[in-house]
Amino acid sequence: MAEVVLENISKSFGSVKAVDEISMTIPDGAFVVLLGPTGAGKTTTLRLISGLEKLDSGSIRIAGRDVGLETPAQRDVAMVFQQYSLYPHMTVRENLSFPLRSPILKTPEDEITRKVNETAEILQIPHKLDNKATELSGGEMQRVSIGRALVRDPQIFLMDEPLSSLDAKLRADLRVELKRIQADLGSTLLYVTHDQVEAMTMATHIGVLEEGRLVQYGTPRDIYENPGSVYVASRLGLPRINILPSELFGGDHKGPQIGLRPENIIEGEGSEARVIRAEHLGDQTRLHLELQGHPVVTLIDVHQDYPSGKIIKIRPRNPLYFDASGARVN
Amino acid sequence: MSSFSVTEPSNRSKWIAGALVIGYALITMIPLVWILLTGFKSPADAISYPPKVVFEPTLEGYVNLFTTRTRQTQEFLDANPPQNWADEIVRQYDMVIVGPSKFGERFMNSVIIGFGSTFLSIFLGTLAAYAFSRFKVPLKDDLLFFILSTRMMPPVAVAIPIFLMFRNLGLSDTHLGMILLYTGVNISLAVWLLKGFIDEIPREYEEAALIDGYTRFQAFYKVVLPQAATGIASTAIFCLIFAWNEYAFAVLLTSANAQTAPPFIPTIIGIGGLDWPAVAAGATIFLIPVMIFTILMRKHLLRGITFGAVRK
Repeated sequence: MAEVVLENISKSFGSVKAVDEISMTIPDGAFVVLLGPTGAGKTTTLRLISGLEKLDSGSIRIAGRDVGLETPAQRDVAMVFQQYSLYPHMTVRENLSFPLRSPILKTPEDEITRKVNETAEILQIPHKLDNKATELSGGEMQRVSIGRALVRDPQIFLMDEPLSSLDAKLRADLRVELKRIQADLGSTLLYVTHDQVEAMTMATHIGVLEEGRLVQYGTPRDIYENPGSVYVASRLGLPRINILPSELFGGDHKGPQIGLRPENIIEGEGSEARVIRAEHLGDQTRLHLELQGHPVVTLIDVHQDYPSGKIIKIRPRNPLYFDASGARVN
Repeated sequence: MSSFSVTEPSNRSKWIAGALVIGYALITMIPLVWILLTGFKSPADAISYPPKVVFEPTLEGYVNLFTTRTRQTQEFLDANPPQNWADEIVRQYDMVIVGPSKFGERFMNSVIIGFGSTFLSIFLGTLAAYAFSRFKVPLKDDLLFFILSTRMMPPVAVAIPIFLMFRNLGLSDTHLGMILLYTGVNISLAVWLLKGFIDEIPREYEEAALIDGYTRFQAFYKVVLPQAATGIASTAIFCLIFAWNEYAFAVLLTSANAQTAPPFIPTIIGIGGLDWPAVAAGATIFLIPVMIFTILMRKHLLRGITFGAVRK
């Protein structure tokens, strides 16, 4: 396991800048999540680190070694692809053994057997070891593809939305499992997702990408509580942060836009808002309001009833202010 | 991922489909059956009119195909009793077997040249198709079109220049020359067909192998080739059938040394009158290797459906 340092890395495809001058340090043993919508450059960043794509400019150092000219095999990284990419002509066991048999690792047979069985146990697929890779369900395929990375002890694990195709229960199970494995092994892990629950629950660090640029990099809590822009603030939190004109609440304000997380809207006094509807999700109730023509979402006590049309009073707590362009104002 | 949602056809439509397939198979098989039967007829039965479907089978055609014979005087025949069953068959025409015919040799030439050129076409074609499919090749489209353009005229159109070139290079009537020629004709087909098959194999497999610690060539060998088996098998069948059946160049460029079976079989007719059973016997044996090859490859044609291991 090792520290990975990206320095001003860039990659363009034709006229599209997929990755634009990204610099970040992935500390040894960290679980770093890259968050961003489709096309933000998350996957390209992973592929640049793995060596599947060549850098246009910048440098990548793994354990202090500049890997710019090395092949993927020489870089000693493991990667989990979003599309599983199991070798369809092999059994699950052969798939899991494949990286261990590579000319670089040349693992002895008894150790291969031990590691493969161990990994299958962790991923709850020991009974599937002799199945063809094509005879598995989607969830099983994805677990095998994670397993193919876990059998190794690479410098860094790169994972490209590994849980995105699983059903909710399995996803929750594997999320916990993956975090536990990473913590146990002290692995360095770079994980791409657009699922904020995965990001918040697993990450030690989150990097938020926007159109190829790294716009903020910090701990999950820091990103949630101190977003640098409206864009970053909107990436985390469910329901989403409310972005409203500051003057709706009167008083003095530091910027033209105010950002309010749903839990930071306090009922009781302040501006008048009309209830549109209440959504009961069981563990929480979301209240959709209209505040002088602007939609607002807040959370309320689960057992309280709010008929539509009711007028309530709300005020902000811990507001975040942004300027007209969306940048944070302190 | 691996389940089907195709509606089960009704019994009646299954019957109709089955009957149509069987009917079609029977019609296409009539010429083959006729060749097979004629090989076991006597010369008289072979040309009788109306044609005989029921007849007394004889191995005369096969004996004539594999042997050379001479007519002998009655004294010689009386002094030398027949040595085996084949000798006995030719005695009815006052002949004796004096040695093997050239058929075995010609047949082996066909095997060497046919399979040799098929192997070479597939070997070179797979590498070229992989490169065209995966790498940034300068002028890729123009090169591919150029490769295909070699098939835009009948190969025989360039027979004279090839004849002259072969003579100057010392390739006339050699196995190597014919292998190179058939490879040259087949390779454009091989590159195009195989490129299509390799395009269908997701790149993620190789990328996974590259990250799993393998070189580009090892990834090609261990991951791409097994996936391309279906395409390679069907391409190989096309290449073999062309090289195996080729007649015009074989007549023009081969004679004593590297002559293949197709130009040889018709010459049987001239040896002792119109010997149709021997020609049919030659044609029957000639069909067998392609048939076996196709049956062996059929396994690969039907297999190799790799849905689902890469999510699209």
